[in-house]
Amino acid sequence: MSLAGFPNPVLDQQAAFRAVMQALAEPGCIVPSGAMVGEASPLGPVARAIALSLLDFEVRYHLSPSLAAAESDITFHTGSRLADRADEADFAFVDCAHDALDLARYAQGTPEYPDRSTTIILKVESLAGGPTLAIDGPGIPGTRELAIPGLPADFIAQWAANAARAPLGVDLLFTTNEAVLGLPRSTRILGEAR
Amino acid sequence: MYVAVKGGERAIANAHRLLEHERRGDRKVPEIGTDQIEQQLSLAVDRVMSEGSLYDRGLASLAIKQARGDLIEAIFLIRAYRTTLPRFGFSVPLDTGAMAIRRRISSTYKDLPGGQVLGPTFDYTHRLLDFALAAEGEPAAPVTAPVDPEERFPRVTDLIAQDDLIERNPPTDPAKPVGDLTREPLAFPAERDLRLQNLARGDEGFLLALGYSTQRGYGRNHPFVGEIRMGEVEVEFEIPELGLTVALGEVTLTECQMVNQFKGSLTEPAKFTRGYGLSFGHCERRAMSMALVDRALRADELSEERTSPAQDEEFVLSHSDNIQATGFVEHLKLPHYVDFQAELALLRQMRRELTSRNTHPEAAE
Amino acid sequence: MSRTAENYRGYNFAYLDEQTKRMIRRAILKAIAIPGYQVPFASREMPMPYGWGTGGVQVTAAILGPTDVLKVIDQGADDTTNAVSIRQFFEKTAGVETTTETEKATVIQTRHRIPEAKLQAHQVLVYQVPIPEPLRFLEPRETETRTLHALAEYGLMHVRLYEDIAQHGHIAKTYAYPVLVADRYVMDPSPIPKFDNPKMHESAALQLFGAGREKRIYAIPPHTKVVSLDFEDHPFEATKFDQPCALCGATDSYLDEVITDDRGGRMFVCSDTHHCETRRAEGHVGTLGTPVTEAAE
Repeated sequence: MSLAGFPNPVLDQQAAFRAVMQALAEPGCIVPSGAMVGEASPLGPVARAIALSLLDFEVRYHLSPSLAAAESDITFHTGSRLADRADEADFAFVDCAHDALDLARYAQGTPEYPDRSTTIILKVESLAGGPTLAIDGPGIPGTRELAIPGLPADFIAQWAANAARAPLGVDLLFTTNEAVLGLPRSTRILGEAR
Repeated sequence: MYVAVKGGERAIANAHRLLEHERRGDRKVPEIGTDQIEQQLSLAVDRVMSEGSLYDRGLASLAIKQARGDLIEAIFLIRAYRTTLPRFGFSVPLDTGAMAIRRRISSTYKDLPGGQVLGPTFDYTHRLLDFALAAEGEPAAPVTAPVDPEERFPRVTDLIAQDDLIERNPPTDPAKPVGDLTREPLAFPAERDLRLQNLARGDEGFLLALGYSTQRGYGRNHPFVGEIRMGEVEVEFEIPELGLTVALGEVTLTECQMVNQFKGSLTEPAKFTRGYGLSFGHCERRAMSMALVDRALRADELSEERTSPAQDEEFVLSHSDNIQATGFVEHLKLPHYVDFQAELALLRQMRRELTSRNTHPEAAE
Repeated sequence: MSRTAENYRGYNFAYLDEQTKRMIRRAILKAIAIPGYQVPFASREMPMPYGWGTGGVQVTAAILGPTDVLKVIDQGADDTTNAVSIRQFFEKTAGVETTTETEKATVIQTRHRIPEAKLQAHQVLVYQVPIPEPLRFLEPRETETRTLHALAEYGLMHVRLYEDIAQHGHIAKTYAYPVLVADRYVMDPSPIPKFDNPKMHESAALQLFGAGREKRIYAIPPHTKVVSLDFEDHPFEATKFDQPCALCGATDSYLDEVITDDRGGRMFVCSDTHHCETRRAEGHVGTLGTPVTEAAE
């Protein structure tokens, strides 16, 4: 299976990046993806657009087991190499519907270089309609609501552990077929809203 | 009535036009060609290539012309151009042992295989202005000796190493990619590959001053010029897909290997240590200075106490780049109205407060 | 004079190559996720000098898209030479629309000022930064300051600021006044006057900082707590001016001092030229201003 790259790489990469930038700057907001490509990719079109926009030979990526088929496509289009281990990856792709999520197994950064951490791009069915969680932190005026369905049962505990590691820790980008939602390490989940 | 200053755009365009005019100088005098610069100001070209980190004599000549002979400005032009070039890969490590020698001297041995070759050097010229040159006198043709293609010029450090009297070059891991500070931000402590890259493109004046300071006792390391060699070396590129190595052309290089003192330890026999300098073109002063500073920066590795500026890696590597340095020094001429106003306001306030304290001392209690 | 325009042909959109943009974009995302932390990035050599906005230019070039509207200011003004030069650079290399109107801009690159008009959501303010390290004036070594940040050990900074108070009765920092971002990192806000510091706090706009020569990028996401360092007995106080702008009569803006003669004559005018022009267009006139009709351009 060979999938097409961006029809207009320069502008499409910029558009995809700006959506991700906005998603991380305004955690919990559902941001329509600026560019999508390759609906047939196991990653889904938005996550794949992120891959094509941010990956290159200078970084390494990791795939959760059910996304393994995406390797040749990602490597071909980006020149990025698959990392041997999750904690060696700059970017990781995880299918939340099929694969377990363990935030602690990825690179967390170091106290001197907290940026040397993994950015995890998660594939989910939807960004709305799940149990509502209240979040706060930088990028959020007051609090904001998060309602992603189908998160692992222990997600809140995992996220609390991640937030406790801040400024170390991982950053998350939830993706569907249309949009992206960011959850940087600086965001706290306050608990179930109402 | 006050009208705010406008027309920055026009002022800039006109300033640049005037600059072009000044660069050209008196139009009655023939314009200098880049070929003339390349041929007759060749050492300026060499310096621009070295510090510009780009081996291209034609472009360096153009940059010198455009910069009106301001070499740092010319280096800046080359650097800004270089950064836009795509990278295809790394060459095979150059073999300076196979250099086509044009100059080769050693200050450690009176004679050695290949001999001492003075070559084109200012050394031993009497620095007397040559007024014949002002009258465009043609120099005499050079005297040449027959070249023996079989003649080998083994590196002096290799000869010393045969007796195990000098440290081996530190082993390198071929699997580990060579660092590139133009693609990765420098972090400290830096490995020697990055240090050498930094020095190789560092400002000649800065390297010279630091090297000199080690000789005067600020990080003394007792150097001897094992060897300086200058000549042409082949650049080769490996194409793994085709399983072959192709020659891309040759570059002129100056290499300096300093042989330095080292005490040794209880467990290790005393050995000479190395300082290394390499430069594009014929740039002996910078290759020698670089070798002195390289050796000084190895203080930690050789368990020497770091006491002097030339041994201070962070200090040296952070300030060696003249493009960074000139940019930041010269940025002081940009407007700083806002910050100056903030300082002015505080200064005035503090002086008011002092005056009021002095006039009403009781109020200050 | 079309030679200048010629020179840019053959360069990529917004000058930087795509690989460089990706590298910068990755750094920007990390910077946003770790507010106030300085992310190292492989700053490129730009066709303008280090110290003249190469960091800001690289950040702007990495985020800019064809639908963006760009404003560039230096000292608050759109018409200072370096602002003009940088604006022209992006007009030529990206062909984006430019503006002097703060409200119309989606991306604002600045040196030394934050516009007076309150910034809005989805605007991005890009600062040019000369020395990103707030601890640099205490400790010149990167290896040391990095450890201090890792440990959030900012006692030294407080001691130094308090020494100022002991000596001068004031914290003698009037610009590049350090702030604590999101209760974690002490950050240098670039040499903006401390007058502007409160504008960073809970701003609706994303704030990105680029230091080209020092190879660092950092960020303040929108709606983030930004506190200027101070002491209970010496709370932070923004600079105040004891007179209004002589052209538009504004009393709430930062003023430039202009010397008008050699007999001590001086006047104070808004440093934010767009703010001043807008107010004059609305009919505000200062003591030395003229009604707007003939004042324009």
